[in-house]
Amino acid sequence: MIELHNISKSFGEHDVLKDIQASFERGKVNFVIGRSGSGKSVMTKCTVGLIEPDQGHVSYDGRNFTALSRRDRKEIRQEIGMLFQGSALFDSMTVQENVSFPLKMFSGMTDAEIDRRASECLERVELADAGSRFPAECSGGMQKRVGIARAIAMNPKYLFCDEPNSGLDPQTAIVIDQLIMEITREYNMTTVVISHDMNSVMEASDTIHFVHEGRILWRGDRGGLLAGGVPELEDFVFASELMRRIRKGGQI
Amino acid sequence: MKAYLRAMRWLFHIGRYMQLLSASFRRPEKGRVFRSLLIRELDAIGTQSIGIVALLSLFMGAVICLQTAHQIGGWIPVYTIGFTVRQTMILEFSPTLIPVILAGKVGSNIASQIGTMRVTEQIDALEIMGVNSASYLILPKIIAGLCIVPFLVILSMVMGVGAGAWVGVATGVSSLADFEYGMQVDFHVFDVIYALTKTVAFGFILTSVSAYHGYYAAGGALEVGRSSTRAVVWSVVIIMVTNLILTQMLLN
Repeated sequence: MIELHNISKSFGEHDVLKDIQASFERGKVNFVIGRSGSGKSVMTKCTVGLIEPDQGHVSYDGRNFTALSRRDRKEIRQEIGMLFQGSALFDSMTVQENVSFPLKMFSGMTDAEIDRRASECLERVELADAGSRFPAECSGGMQKRVGIARAIAMNPKYLFCDEPNSGLDPQTAIVIDQLIMEITREYNMTTVVISHDMNSVMEASDTIHFVHEGRILWRGDRGGLLAGGVPELEDFVFASELMRRIRKGGQI
Repeated sequence: MKAYLRAMRWLFHIGRYMQLLSASFRRPEKGRVFRSLLIRELDAIGTQSIGIVALLSLFMGAVICLQTAHQIGGWIPVYTIGFTVRQTMILEFSPTLIPVILAGKVGSNIASQIGTMRVTEQIDALEIMGVNSASYLILPKIIAGLCIVPFLVILSMVMGVGAGAWVGVATGVSSLADFEYGMQVDFHVFDVIYALTKTVAFGFILTSVSAYHGYYAAGGALEVGRSSTRAVVWSVVIIMVTNLILTQMLLN
Protein backbone atom coordinates (compact mmCIF):
# COMPACT_ATOMS: atom_id res chain seq x y z
CA MET A 1 0.00 0.00 0.00
CA ILE A 2 1.14 3.52 -0.78
CA GLU A 3 0.03 6.28 1.59
CA LEU A 4 0.30 10.04 1.18
CA HIS A 5 0.18 11.91 4.48
CA ASN A 6 -0.62 15.65 4.41
CA ILE A 7 1.37 16.35 1.25
CA SER A 8 1.65 20.04 0.32
CA LYS A 9 3.68 21.58 -2.46
CA SER A 10 4.00 25.15 -3.71
CA PHE A 11 5.88 26.66 -6.64
CA GLY A 12 6.50 30.29 -5.69
CA GLU A 13 3.17 31.79 -4.70
CA HIS A 14 1.20 29.00 -6.36
CA ASP A 15 -0.02 26.25 -4.02
CA VAL A 16 -0.21 23.18 -6.25
CA LEU A 17 -0.94 20.52 -3.61
CA LYS A 18 -2.81 21.30 -0.42
CA ASP A 19 -2.71 18.79 2.40
CA ILE A 20 -3.20 15.69 0.24
CA GLN A 21 -4.20 12.51 2.07
CA ALA A 22 -4.52 9.39 -0.03
CA SER A 23 -3.95 5.67 0.11
CA PHE A 24 -3.52 3.33 -2.83
CA GLU A 25 -4.27 -0.32 -2.22
CA ARG A 26 -2.26 -3.40 -3.20
CA GLY A 27 -3.62 -5.59 -5.98
CA LYS A 28 -5.87 -2.79 -7.23
CA VAL A 29 -5.78 -0.27 -10.03
CA ASN A 30 -6.04 3.06 -8.20
CA PHE A 31 -6.98 5.96 -10.46
CA VAL A 32 -6.18 9.60 -9.79
CA ILE A 33 -8.37 11.79 -11.96
CA GLY A 34 -8.79 15.52 -12.37
CA ARG A 35 -8.63 18.34 -14.85
CA SER A 36 -5.38 19.43 -16.48
CA GLY A 37 -3.46 21.60 -13.99
CA SER A 38 -5.28 20.17 -10.97
CA GLY A 39 -2.04 18.82 -9.47
CA LYS A 40 -2.22 15.13 -10.46
CA SER A 41 1.23 14.98 -12.04
CA VAL A 42 2.89 16.94 -9.22
CA MET A 43 1.24 14.57 -6.76
CA THR A 44 2.67 11.59 -8.64
CA LYS A 45 6.11 13.18 -8.85
CA CYS A 46 6.02 13.81 -5.08
CA THR A 47 4.96 10.21 -4.55
CA VAL A 48 7.86 8.74 -6.54
CA GLY A 49 10.37 11.28 -5.22
CA LEU A 50 11.01 13.26 -8.39
CA ILE A 51 9.77 16.37 -6.54
CA GLU A 52 10.25 16.92 -2.81
CA PRO A 53 7.03 17.90 -1.01
CA ASP A 54 7.14 21.02 1.18
CA GLN A 55 5.19 19.21 3.88
CA GLY A 56 3.99 15.70 4.64
CA HIS A 57 5.42 12.34 3.71
CA VAL A 58 4.86 9.32 1.51
CA SER A 59 5.08 5.77 2.80
CA TYR A 60 5.46 2.55 0.86
CA ASP A 61 4.09 -0.37 2.89
CA GLY A 62 4.87 1.54 6.06
CA ARG A 63 8.35 2.70 4.97
CA ASN A 64 8.65 6.49 5.15
CA PHE A 65 10.05 7.23 1.68
CA THR A 66 10.26 11.01 2.10
CA ALA A 67 12.50 10.76 5.17
CA LEU A 68 15.02 8.47 3.46
CA SER A 69 18.32 9.67 2.02
CA ARG A 70 18.90 9.43 -1.72
CA ARG A 71 20.95 6.27 -1.21
CA ASP A 72 18.34 4.58 0.99
CA ARG A 73 15.55 5.47 -1.42
CA LYS A 74 17.27 3.41 -4.06
CA GLU A 75 16.00 0.18 -2.51
CA ILE A 76 12.37 1.34 -2.78
CA ARG A 77 12.90 2.85 -6.22
CA GLN A 78 13.92 -0.55 -7.52
CA GLU A 79 10.50 -1.81 -6.45
CA ILE A 80 8.79 0.89 -8.53
CA GLY A 81 7.90 0.62 -12.21
CA MET A 82 6.64 3.62 -14.11
CA LEU A 83 4.96 4.10 -17.44
CA PHE A 84 5.37 7.67 -18.63
CA GLN A 85 2.96 9.74 -20.68
CA GLY A 86 5.38 9.83 -23.60
CA SER A 87 6.70 6.34 -22.78
CA ALA A 88 10.19 7.79 -22.06
CA LEU A 89 11.94 4.93 -23.82
CA PHE A 90 15.67 5.38 -24.35
CA ASP A 91 15.79 6.22 -28.03
CA SER A 92 19.42 5.15 -28.49
CA MET A 93 18.54 1.59 -27.41
CA THR A 94 16.49 -1.13 -29.08
CA VAL A 95 13.24 -2.33 -27.52
CA GLN A 96 15.04 -5.38 -26.06
CA GLU A 97 17.79 -3.17 -24.61
CA ASN A 98 15.21 -0.83 -23.10
CA VAL A 99 13.53 -3.69 -21.27
CA SER A 100 16.90 -5.18 -20.27
CA PHE A 101 18.21 -1.87 -18.94
CA PRO A 102 16.96 -2.00 -15.31
CA LEU A 103 18.02 -5.66 -15.11
CA LYS A 104 21.51 -4.81 -16.37
CA MET A 105 21.84 -2.00 -13.85
CA PHE A 106 20.51 -3.72 -10.75
CA SER A 107 19.70 -7.39 -11.05
CA GLY A 108 23.05 -9.20 -10.91
CA MET A 109 21.74 -11.63 -13.54
CA THR A 110 23.94 -13.05 -16.29
CA ASP A 111 23.51 -11.72 -19.84
CA ALA A 112 21.58 -14.85 -20.84
CA GLU A 113 19.22 -14.51 -17.87
CA ILE A 114 18.69 -10.84 -18.64
CA ASP A 115 17.85 -11.63 -22.27
CA ARG A 116 15.44 -14.36 -21.18
CA ARG A 117 13.66 -12.11 -18.68
CA ALA A 118 13.41 -9.22 -21.18
CA SER A 119 11.96 -11.61 -23.77
CA GLU A 120 9.42 -12.86 -21.22
CA CYS A 121 8.32 -9.30 -20.48
CA LEU A 122 8.03 -8.51 -24.19
CA GLU A 123 6.00 -11.67 -24.72
CA ARG A 124 3.74 -10.64 -21.85
CA VAL A 125 2.89 -7.41 -23.67
CA GLU A 126 2.64 -9.28 -26.99
CA LEU A 127 5.73 -7.73 -28.53
CA ALA A 128 7.93 -10.79 -28.74
CA ASP A 129 8.98 -9.94 -32.30
CA ALA A 130 9.75 -6.26 -31.71
CA GLY A 131 12.96 -6.68 -29.69
CA SER A 132 15.33 -5.50 -32.39
CA ARG A 133 13.37 -2.38 -33.30
CA PHE A 134 14.20 1.10 -32.04
CA PRO A 135 11.47 3.09 -30.24
CA ALA A 136 11.19 5.47 -33.20
CA GLU A 137 10.18 2.48 -35.35
CA CYS A 138 7.28 1.57 -33.02
CA SER A 139 3.74 2.96 -33.00
CA GLY A 140 2.43 4.90 -29.98
CA GLY A 141 0.58 1.84 -28.66
CA MET A 142 3.66 -0.35 -29.07
CA GLN A 143 5.79 2.21 -27.25
CA LYS A 144 3.37 2.15 -24.33
CA ARG A 145 3.53 -1.64 -24.24
CA VAL A 146 7.33 -1.54 -24.30
CA GLY A 147 7.10 0.99 -21.44
CA ILE A 148 4.96 -1.49 -19.50
CA ALA A 149 7.39 -4.33 -20.28
CA ARG A 150 10.29 -2.21 -18.99
CA ALA A 151 8.28 -1.23 -15.90
CA ILE A 152 7.56 -4.86 -14.95
CA ALA A 153 11.03 -6.22 -15.78
CA MET A 154 12.21 -6.01 -12.17
CA ASN A 155 8.98 -7.55 -10.76
CA PRO A 156 7.95 -4.27 -9.13
CA LYS A 157 5.66 -3.96 -6.12
CA TYR A 158 4.38 -0.58 -7.27
CA LEU A 159 3.41 0.58 -10.75
CA PHE A 160 2.73 4.18 -11.74
CA CYS A 161 1.13 5.03 -15.06
CA ASP A 162 1.02 8.68 -16.10
CA GLU A 163 -1.71 9.22 -18.70
CA PRO A 164 -1.19 5.75 -20.19
CA ASN A 165 -3.74 6.34 -22.96
CA SER A 166 -2.82 9.80 -24.11
CA GLY A 167 -2.42 9.94 -27.87
CA LEU A 168 -3.88 6.47 -28.44
CA ASP A 169 -6.97 5.49 -30.41
CA PRO A 170 -9.88 4.09 -28.31
CA GLN A 171 -9.22 0.45 -29.24
CA THR A 172 -5.52 0.59 -28.45
CA ALA A 173 -6.36 2.48 -25.25
CA ILE A 174 -8.57 -0.42 -24.15
CA VAL A 175 -5.73 -2.88 -24.85
CA ILE A 176 -3.42 -0.83 -22.61
CA ASP A 177 -6.09 -0.54 -19.89
CA GLN A 178 -6.65 -4.29 -19.91
CA LEU A 179 -2.93 -4.95 -19.82
CA ILE A 180 -2.55 -2.69 -16.79
CA MET A 181 -5.45 -4.46 -15.03
CA GLU A 182 -4.06 -7.91 -15.83
CA ILE A 183 -0.51 -7.25 -14.70
CA THR A 184 -1.76 -5.57 -11.52
CA ARG A 185 -3.57 -8.80 -10.57
CA GLU A 186 -0.76 -11.04 -11.84
CA TYR A 187 2.03 -9.33 -9.93
CA ASN A 188 -0.24 -8.24 -7.03
CA MET A 189 1.07 -4.71 -7.44
CA THR A 190 -0.12 -1.40 -6.06
CA THR A 191 -0.96 0.39 -9.30
CA VAL A 192 -1.59 4.12 -9.53
CA VAL A 193 -2.92 5.48 -12.82
CA ILE A 194 -3.06 9.21 -13.49
CA SER A 195 -5.69 9.99 -16.08
CA HIS A 196 -8.41 12.29 -17.24
CA ASP A 197 -9.75 9.80 -19.74
CA MET A 198 -13.21 8.73 -18.54
CA ASN A 199 -13.27 5.69 -20.83
CA SER A 200 -10.16 4.44 -19.11
CA VAL A 201 -11.55 5.18 -15.67
CA MET A 202 -14.72 3.21 -16.43
CA GLU A 203 -12.72 0.38 -18.00
CA ALA A 204 -9.95 -0.23 -15.50
CA SER A 205 -10.40 1.50 -12.15
CA ASP A 206 -10.85 -0.24 -8.82
CA THR A 207 -10.57 2.91 -6.70
CA ILE A 208 -10.73 6.54 -7.81
CA HIS A 209 -9.33 9.72 -6.26
CA PHE A 210 -10.58 13.00 -7.71
CA VAL A 211 -8.10 15.88 -7.45
CA HIS A 212 -9.37 19.43 -7.81
CA GLU A 213 -7.23 22.56 -7.31
CA GLY A 214 -4.61 20.63 -5.35
CA ARG A 215 -7.00 18.84 -3.00
CA ILE A 216 -8.57 15.40 -3.07
CA LEU A 217 -12.25 16.30 -3.19
CA TRP A 218 -13.65 12.83 -3.58
CA ARG A 219 -12.67 9.17 -3.38
CA GLY A 220 -14.68 6.12 -4.26
CA ASP A 221 -15.30 3.67 -7.11
CA ARG A 222 -16.95 3.60 -10.54
CA GLY A 223 -20.46 3.27 -9.15
CA GLY A 224 -20.00 6.24 -6.86
CA LEU A 225 -18.49 8.26 -9.67
CA LEU A 226 -21.66 8.09 -11.74
CA ALA A 227 -23.86 8.73 -8.72
CA GLY A 228 -22.31 12.19 -8.45
CA GLY A 229 -22.83 14.40 -5.41
CA VAL A 230 -19.81 16.69 -5.65
CA PRO A 231 -20.44 19.52 -8.16
CA GLU A 232 -16.79 19.79 -9.29
CA LEU A 233 -16.67 16.03 -9.83
CA GLU A 234 -19.92 16.08 -11.78
CA ASP A 235 -18.60 18.90 -13.98
CA PHE A 236 -15.51 16.81 -14.70
CA VAL A 237 -17.16 13.42 -15.22
CA PHE A 238 -20.11 14.63 -17.22
CA ALA A 239 -18.26 17.17 -19.32
CA SER A 240 -18.89 15.22 -22.52
CA GLU A 241 -22.25 14.72 -24.22
CA LEU A 242 -21.62 10.97 -24.20
CA MET A 243 -21.31 10.80 -20.41
CA ARG A 244 -24.33 13.10 -19.94
CA ARG A 245 -26.45 10.76 -22.06
CA ILE A 246 -25.17 7.72 -20.18
CA ARG A 247 -26.18 9.41 -16.95
CA LYS A 248 -29.65 10.12 -18.27
CA GLY A 249 -29.86 6.54 -19.53
CA GLY A 250 -31.00 7.93 -22.83
CA GLN A 251 -30.15 6.84 -26.31
CA ILE A 252 -26.71 7.73 -27.62
CA MET B 1 18.43 46.08 -8.18
CA LYS B 2 19.00 44.68 -11.66
CA ALA B 3 22.69 44.07 -10.93
CA TYR B 4 21.77 42.37 -7.66
CA LEU B 5 19.30 40.06 -9.40
CA ARG B 6 21.85 39.27 -12.09
CA ALA B 7 24.49 38.47 -9.46
CA MET B 8 22.02 36.22 -7.65
CA ARG B 9 21.20 34.42 -10.88
CA TRP B 10 24.90 33.82 -11.54
CA LEU B 11 25.37 32.48 -8.02
CA PHE B 12 22.36 30.23 -8.52
CA HIS B 13 23.85 28.76 -11.70
CA ILE B 14 27.29 28.32 -10.14
CA GLY B 15 25.76 26.56 -7.13
CA ARG B 16 23.61 24.30 -9.28
CA TYR B 17 26.56 23.50 -11.55
CA MET B 18 28.61 22.48 -8.49
CA GLN B 19 25.74 20.33 -7.22
CA LEU B 20 25.48 18.62 -10.58
CA LEU B 21 29.23 17.95 -10.63
CA SER B 22 29.03 16.53 -7.14
CA ALA B 23 26.19 14.21 -8.21
CA SER B 24 28.11 13.27 -11.36
CA PHE B 25 31.32 12.31 -9.58
CA ARG B 26 29.74 9.43 -7.70
CA ARG B 27 30.65 5.78 -8.14
CA PRO B 28 28.82 4.40 -11.18
CA GLU B 29 26.20 1.74 -10.44
CA LYS B 30 27.75 -0.84 -12.77
CA GLY B 31 31.40 -0.74 -13.83
CA ARG B 32 30.67 -2.74 -16.99
CA VAL B 33 27.94 -0.34 -18.10
CA PHE B 34 30.18 2.64 -17.31
CA ARG B 35 33.04 1.22 -19.40
CA SER B 36 30.78 0.69 -22.40
CA LEU B 37 29.41 4.24 -22.06
CA LEU B 38 32.95 5.60 -21.77
CA ILE B 39 34.04 3.83 -24.95
CA ARG B 40 31.00 5.25 -26.76
CA GLU B 41 31.83 8.77 -25.57
CA LEU B 42 35.51 8.41 -26.49
CA ASP B 43 34.31 7.59 -29.98
CA ALA B 44 31.73 10.40 -30.10
CA ILE B 45 34.02 13.10 -28.71
CA GLY B 46 37.34 11.82 -30.06
CA THR B 47 37.19 9.61 -33.12
CA GLN B 48 34.34 11.49 -34.72
CA SER B 49 36.17 14.81 -34.25
CA ILE B 50 39.45 13.76 -35.85
CA GLY B 51 38.33 14.90 -39.31
CA ILE B 52 37.43 18.47 -38.38
CA VAL B 53 40.48 18.82 -36.10
CA ALA B 54 42.81 17.57 -38.84
CA LEU B 55 41.25 19.78 -41.51
CA LEU B 56 41.43 22.97 -39.44
CA SER B 57 44.94 22.25 -38.20
CA LEU B 58 46.30 21.55 -41.68
CA PHE B 59 44.94 24.80 -43.05
CA MET B 60 45.89 26.88 -40.02
CA GLY B 61 49.47 25.57 -40.06
CA ALA B 62 49.70 26.30 -43.77
CA VAL B 63 48.24 29.81 -43.44
CA ILE B 64 50.45 30.73 -40.47
CA CYS B 65 53.46 29.66 -42.52
CA LEU B 66 52.47 31.84 -45.49
CA GLN B 67 51.54 34.84 -43.32
CA THR B 68 54.83 34.67 -41.43
CA ALA B 69 56.74 34.45 -44.71
CA HIS B 70 54.87 37.52 -45.91
CA GLN B 71 55.70 39.48 -42.73
CA ILE B 72 59.41 38.81 -42.49
CA GLY B 73 61.67 41.22 -44.33
CA GLY B 74 65.24 40.77 -45.47
CA TRP B 75 66.78 41.14 -42.00
CA ILE B 76 64.62 38.52 -40.23
CA PRO B 77 66.00 34.99 -40.67
CA VAL B 78 63.89 32.52 -42.67
CA TYR B 79 63.96 29.97 -39.86
CA THR B 80 61.56 32.33 -38.04
CA ILE B 81 58.80 30.78 -40.16
CA GLY B 82 59.25 27.35 -38.59
CA PHE B 83 59.65 28.93 -35.16
CA THR B 84 56.42 30.96 -35.51
CA VAL B 85 54.36 28.07 -36.86
CA ARG B 86 55.52 25.86 -33.98
CA GLN B 87 54.92 28.45 -31.29
CA THR B 88 51.50 29.48 -32.60
CA MET B 89 50.29 25.92 -32.96
CA ILE B 90 51.66 24.70 -29.63
CA LEU B 91 50.94 27.71 -27.46
CA GLU B 92 47.59 28.92 -28.68
CA PHE B 93 45.94 27.53 -31.77
CA SER B 94 45.85 23.85 -30.86
CA PRO B 95 45.25 24.07 -27.10
CA THR B 96 42.69 26.89 -27.21
CA LEU B 97 41.01 27.06 -30.60
CA ILE B 98 40.57 23.30 -30.99
CA PRO B 99 38.62 23.08 -27.68
CA VAL B 100 36.58 26.11 -28.81
CA ILE B 101 35.73 24.30 -32.04
CA LEU B 102 34.95 21.14 -30.07
CA ALA B 103 32.66 23.21 -27.83
CA GLY B 104 30.67 23.96 -30.97
CA LYS B 105 30.68 20.45 -32.34
CA VAL B 106 30.70 18.23 -29.25
CA GLY B 107 29.22 20.69 -26.72
CA SER B 108 26.05 21.35 -28.70
CA ASN B 109 25.67 17.62 -29.26
CA ILE B 110 26.00 16.86 -25.54
CA ALA B 111 23.53 19.60 -24.56
CA SER B 112 20.93 18.62 -27.14
CA GLN B 113 21.27 14.91 -26.36
CA ILE B 114 20.84 15.35 -22.60
CA GLY B 115 18.26 18.12 -23.10
CA THR B 116 16.12 15.86 -25.29
CA MET B 117 16.37 13.13 -22.66
CA ARG B 118 15.20 15.66 -20.08
CA VAL B 119 12.16 16.95 -21.98
CA THR B 120 11.09 13.45 -23.06
CA GLU B 121 11.24 12.29 -19.41
CA GLN B 122 14.04 9.78 -20.09
CA ILE B 123 16.04 11.31 -17.22
CA ASP B 124 13.01 10.95 -14.93
CA ALA B 125 12.78 7.31 -16.03
CA LEU B 126 16.41 6.77 -15.00
CA GLU B 127 15.83 8.43 -11.63
CA ILE B 128 12.72 6.37 -10.91
CA MET B 129 14.63 3.17 -11.63
CA GLY B 130 17.13 4.28 -8.99
CA VAL B 131 19.89 5.21 -11.46
CA ASN B 132 21.94 8.31 -10.60
CA SER B 133 21.16 10.06 -13.89
CA ALA B 134 23.92 12.67 -13.49
CA SER B 135 26.59 10.06 -12.97
CA TYR B 136 25.20 7.77 -15.69
CA LEU B 137 24.90 10.49 -18.34
CA ILE B 138 27.56 13.06 -17.48
CA LEU B 139 30.52 11.27 -15.87
CA PRO B 140 31.44 9.22 -18.99
CA LYS B 141 31.37 12.39 -21.09
CA ILE B 142 33.61 14.30 -18.68
CA ILE B 143 36.11 11.44 -18.36
CA ALA B 144 36.11 10.99 -22.14
CA GLY B 145 36.68 14.75 -22.60
CA LEU B 146 39.58 14.73 -20.13
CA CYS B 147 41.19 11.74 -21.85
CA ILE B 148 40.62 12.43 -25.53
CA VAL B 149 40.84 16.21 -25.97
CA PRO B 150 44.61 16.29 -25.18
CA PHE B 151 45.14 13.62 -27.87
CA LEU B 152 43.19 15.67 -30.39
CA VAL B 153 45.28 18.69 -29.47
CA ILE B 154 48.55 16.78 -29.91
CA LEU B 155 47.26 15.59 -33.28
CA SER B 156 46.44 19.18 -34.16
CA MET B 157 49.95 20.38 -33.19
CA VAL B 158 51.63 17.70 -35.28
CA MET B 159 49.40 18.24 -38.31
CA GLY B 160 49.60 22.03 -38.14
CA VAL B 161 53.37 22.12 -37.94
CA GLY B 162 53.63 19.42 -40.63
CA ALA B 163 51.33 21.34 -42.96
CA GLY B 164 53.33 24.53 -42.33
CA ALA B 165 56.56 22.73 -43.28
CA TRP B 166 55.01 21.22 -46.39
CA VAL B 167 53.52 24.51 -47.62
CA GLY B 168 56.73 26.39 -46.76
CA VAL B 169 58.80 24.04 -48.87
CA ALA B 170 56.21 23.66 -51.64
CA THR B 171 55.84 27.42 -52.14
CA GLY B 172 59.56 28.05 -51.78
CA VAL B 173 59.28 30.50 -48.84
CA SER B 174 61.50 28.28 -46.72
CA SER B 175 63.80 25.33 -47.15
CA LEU B 176 63.09 22.20 -45.13
CA ALA B 177 66.37 22.70 -43.26
CA ASP B 178 65.46 26.28 -42.27
CA PHE B 179 61.99 25.21 -41.21
CA GLU B 180 63.37 22.31 -39.14
CA TYR B 181 65.92 24.57 -37.52
CA GLY B 182 63.19 27.10 -36.68
CA MET B 183 61.06 24.33 -35.20
CA GLN B 184 63.89 23.35 -32.86
CA VAL B 185 65.24 26.75 -31.90
CA ASP B 186 64.51 27.87 -28.33
CA PHE B 187 62.18 24.92 -27.78
CA HIS B 188 61.00 24.37 -24.21
CA VAL B 189 59.25 21.15 -23.22
CA PHE B 190 57.37 23.26 -20.68
CA ASP B 191 55.46 24.89 -23.56
CA VAL B 192 53.92 21.53 -24.41
CA ILE B 193 53.19 20.82 -20.74
CA TYR B 194 51.56 24.24 -20.44
CA ALA B 195 49.47 23.60 -23.56
CA LEU B 196 48.32 20.17 -22.42
CA THR B 197 47.50 21.44 -18.93
CA LYS B 198 45.20 24.02 -20.51
CA THR B 199 43.73 21.37 -22.76
CA VAL B 200 42.75 19.10 -19.88
CA ALA B 201 40.96 22.04 -18.22
CA PHE B 202 39.19 22.94 -21.46
CA GLY B 203 38.14 19.32 -22.02
CA PHE B 204 36.51 19.37 -18.60
CA ILE B 205 34.82 22.71 -19.22
CA LEU B 206 33.38 21.91 -22.63
CA THR B 207 31.85 18.61 -21.49
CA SER B 208 30.61 19.64 -18.05
CA VAL B 209 29.21 23.06 -19.02
CA SER B 210 27.39 21.59 -22.02
CA ALA B 211 26.01 18.74 -19.91
CA TYR B 212 24.82 21.27 -17.31
CA HIS B 213 22.82 23.23 -19.88
CA GLY B 214 21.27 20.07 -21.31
CA TYR B 215 20.50 18.54 -17.92
CA TYR B 216 18.47 21.53 -16.80
CA ALA B 217 16.65 22.11 -20.09
CA ALA B 218 12.91 22.47 -19.55
CA GLY B 219 10.02 22.69 -21.96
CA GLY B 220 10.14 21.37 -25.50
CA ALA B 221 12.19 21.31 -28.67
CA LEU B 222 12.65 25.09 -28.68
CA GLU B 223 14.17 25.02 -25.22
CA VAL B 224 16.48 22.14 -26.16
CA GLY B 225 17.73 24.28 -29.07
CA ARG B 226 18.26 27.22 -26.73
CA SER B 227 20.09 25.10 -24.18
CA SER B 228 22.34 23.86 -26.96
CA THR B 229 23.15 27.44 -27.99
CA ARG B 230 23.75 28.48 -24.37
CA ALA B 231 26.02 25.45 -23.91
CA VAL B 232 28.26 26.55 -26.80
CA VAL B 233 28.31 30.23 -25.82
CA TRP B 234 29.07 29.59 -22.15
CA SER B 235 31.64 26.89 -22.88
CA VAL B 236 33.50 29.28 -25.17
CA VAL B 237 33.30 32.19 -22.70
CA ILE B 238 34.51 30.04 -19.79
CA ILE B 239 37.28 28.51 -21.92
CA MET B 240 38.49 32.00 -22.85
CA VAL B 241 38.44 33.29 -19.26
CA THR B 242 40.15 30.12 -18.01
CA ASN B 243 42.73 30.47 -20.79
CA LEU B 244 43.66 33.93 -19.53
CA ILE B 245 43.85 32.80 -15.90
CA LEU B 246 45.87 29.65 -16.66
CA THR B 247 48.23 31.52 -18.97
CA GLN B 248 48.92 34.07 -16.26
CA MET B 249 49.41 31.36 -13.67
CA LEU B 250 51.51 28.96 -15.73
CA LEU B 251 53.73 31.42 -17.61
CA ASN B 252 54.67 33.45 -14.57
